[in-house]
Amino acid sequence: MAHADTHAHAHAHADDGHDAHGHAPSGIGRWLFATNHKDIGTMYLVFALTMFFIGGAMAMVIRLELFQPGLQFVDPGFFNSMTTMHALVMIFGGVMPAWVGLANWMIPLQVGAPDMALPRMNNYSFWILPFAFTLLLSSLFLPGGAPAGGWTLYPPLSLQAGDSFGLTIFAIHMMGASSIMGAINVIVTILNMRAPGMTLLKMPLFCWTWLITAYLLIAVMPVLAGAVTMLLTDHYFGTAFFNPAGGGDPVMFQHIFWFFGHPEVYILILPAFGIVSEIIPTFSRKPLFGYESMVYATGSIAFLSFIVWAHHMFTVGMPLAGQLFFMLSTMLIAIPTGVKVFNWTTTLWRGSISFEPPMLFALAFLFLFTIGGFSGLMLAIVPADFQYHDTYFVVAHFHYVLVPGAVFGIMAGVYYWLPKWTGYMYNMKLANWHFWLSTISVNVLFFPMHFLGLAGMPRRIPDYNVQFADWNMVASLGGFAFGLSQIMFVWIVVKSVRGGGVKASARVWDDTVSEGLEWTVPSPAPHHTFDTPPVIK
Amino acid sequence: MSIQKKLTAALGLVGLVVSAVAFGAPESSYNLPIGVTRISREVYGLHMLIFWVCVAISVVVFGAMIYSLVKYRKSVGAVADTSIVHSTKAEIIWTIIPVIILVAMAVPATRTLIMIEDTRHSQLTIKATGYQWKWQYEYLSRTEGSAEKAVTGVSFFSALAEDSNFTRQLGSGLDPKNVPNYLLNVDHPLVIPSGIKVRLLLTANDVIHAWWVPQFGMKRDAIPGFVNEIWIQVDEGKEGTYRGNCVELCGRDHGFMPVVVEVKSRKDFDVWLAAQQQATATATTAATTAAL
Repeated sequence: MAHADTHAHAHAHADDGHDAHGHAPSGIGRWLFATNHKDIGTMYLVFALTMFFIGGAMAMVIRLELFQPGLQFVDPGFFNSMTTMHALVMIFGGVMPAWVGLANWMIPLQVGAPDMALPRMNNYSFWILPFAFTLLLSSLFLPGGAPAGGWTLYPPLSLQAGDSFGLTIFAIHMMGASSIMGAINVIVTILNMRAPGMTLLKMPLFCWTWLITAYLLIAVMPVLAGAVTMLLTDHYFGTAFFNPAGGGDPVMFQHIFWFFGHPEVYILILPAFGIVSEIIPTFSRKPLFGYESMVYATGSIAFLSFIVWAHHMFTVGMPLAGQLFFMLSTMLIAIPTGVKVFNWTTTLWRGSISFEPPMLFALAFLFLFTIGGFSGLMLAIVPADFQYHDTYFVVAHFHYVLVPGAVFGIMAGVYYWLPKWTGYMYNMKLANWHFWLSTISVNVLFFPMHFLGLAGMPRRIPDYNVQFADWNMVASLGGFAFGLSQIMFVWIVVKSVRGGGVKASARVWDDTVSEGLEWTVPSPAPHHTFDTPPVIK
Repeated sequence: MSIQKKLTAALGLVGLVVSAVAFGAPESSYNLPIGVTRISREVYGLHMLIFWVCVAISVVVFGAMIYSLVKYRKSVGAVADTSIVHSTKAEIIWTIIPVIILVAMAVPATRTLIMIEDTRHSQLTIKATGYQWKWQYEYLSRTEGSAEKAVTGVSFFSALAEDSNFTRQLGSGLDPKNVPNYLLNVDHPLVIPSGIKVRLLLTANDVIHAWWVPQFGMKRDAIPGFVNEIWIQVDEGKEGTYRGNCVELCGRDHGFMPVVVEVKSRKDFDVWLAAQQQATATATTAATTAAL
């Protein structure tokens, strides 16, 4: 990693004065025609936060219906729409755009580039998203309702959808196109626009994990596009890719889908690894342990993600050899993931640790993601998976890696860089409250789901036997608390954006080890940074 | 801050132990059932093995984390040792140890999987077909002595029991607590004998379903255009009724197509099967007579 020399410092400061006077365009045009990476990053983050609340509202409907046995509030068909849409909105509208937003804001700042490599495409890739999600969400109001066959869109069930089907497929195509453009931008920026002297192995880990994520995106989003296009022609044009009556194969869809789907789950989590790898050293006041092994571990995880897909479908009746292969390859993932957890732990070892909000979220990530990793290891064991598969145990597993994993990673990143963006420290006390409420409620929400699954409750059901009533009520209460706690997050961020209070310094945090170039520019980061590249020692 | 942190650490450990004990309790509402078949017992054993391995690892890893977070706090004057940045030796060690643990887990898992996938030498074959939203069971053949003989005339649908169905309607005003085996009861359960290997062929007529009885330790998808097979051998002396669900999202009423299996002794099963065949024969004769 790199130090900008004093010349760059001075230059950046000179830029600040220059930019403060009217470089940012004003009015709606600033956003509609935005080509500035910081503006586009902001739009991505605002969009993601909006979707996080829409997807969250759907989760509240789910938890409300599951609060007690019997159907009290919604029709089972609408319930299925809620589970389906909750997943699509959170994955494609919440987590992925949040990562692209953070990438837009931070990657040019971290590699010393003046902007993303392809700013107009950057604008386009963002502005596709509101249209894609308008299409997807409008299906809620169509006859037949929103898609209800699960976000995995397994045929033949997904083909039974009504008018919403075409909208869903088209929306997914648009999201895919947006993701691919975002990924191209990240790759081109990182490979071509690093400041002189910023070698790849000097980059902050957030850039590294995003670079690898971007390759995953480019590799698998077209696969998803292919799969959903085949669904589209099966539904509207009489083909029979997945229809057994026409010689098609419904299991083939699952193979294609999960060939996309497994790398996709790493797309959601790898950038979080990068952020945590920067926050833990900052607040331990000690360099990251094993920087290079972190990079190699990320690469290994990305490679393995392409050869484990069928562990999502152990119950479809694969040959014994296939089941063994996918069990063993899946277990291998524990090794690079373990390396990461051990490296983070060793970074804490003999540090000088303080507990500011970004660090709290990173530590919660460390503990709770590891719990999700353990349940993942259990799910890899095929005979045991025959019991766990499609139960709440799986729901508990992937929510542990996605909520206190990916979402806490995003929140850690926001709390880490927010003063850099706004120029003001946020309300630490409130942020601590937000942290503790979120962390406690997320466990009350998801931990009992392990018990429910093991005791035999299937996932994706709107009603259940009374034996599952107690833990469902606990989980629902945790869910409502978690949902309400997130309103604090909006409040804290909005207050910080509106300014006032303690001004943030250029380094923001009281440490000397974080070497990202973002800490060499003033806070708030000027509209244009690194017009001339910084010199890296 | 210091007391707060210690408290948090202590609470974390207590939570870990409590959940470990909860998982460990047999036949609880926290854990997998041990079940009534060889498969379910072996799967339970594997599950507990991995679980305790995970607990052991988490005691070490979380212990190291919590120790660091308590001991190396800035607020108690900890000074960072910035020289610790890399150790090839440590990294090799913590790569090799997980490999050994994984191999130790993979060996018994593979052995169990091979046993599960061996469907040979079954003595009774039944076909289960998934529909939106009920199961159809058809008795195909059974082995008598060394010969396999076709079973004719025993085929029926198995749908959610009426009391559950009334109660589960939106706004029914009925309390699920008053319905025995709410959502886990059917009109006509599958009947199988204990003590022999029963082969179940699974397929579906419309969308993908999945057949699962937790006490049997086995679950498999029922896919249109495919025939999957599993086997069940319920221990003698474990006769009774066992309940499960469809576990693959299959549309609006996915939550309302239970799987219920009544396990009878071999003798009782033979009586039941003969009665079913007799009833079908009578009905067919009556229908033929009526048609004439």
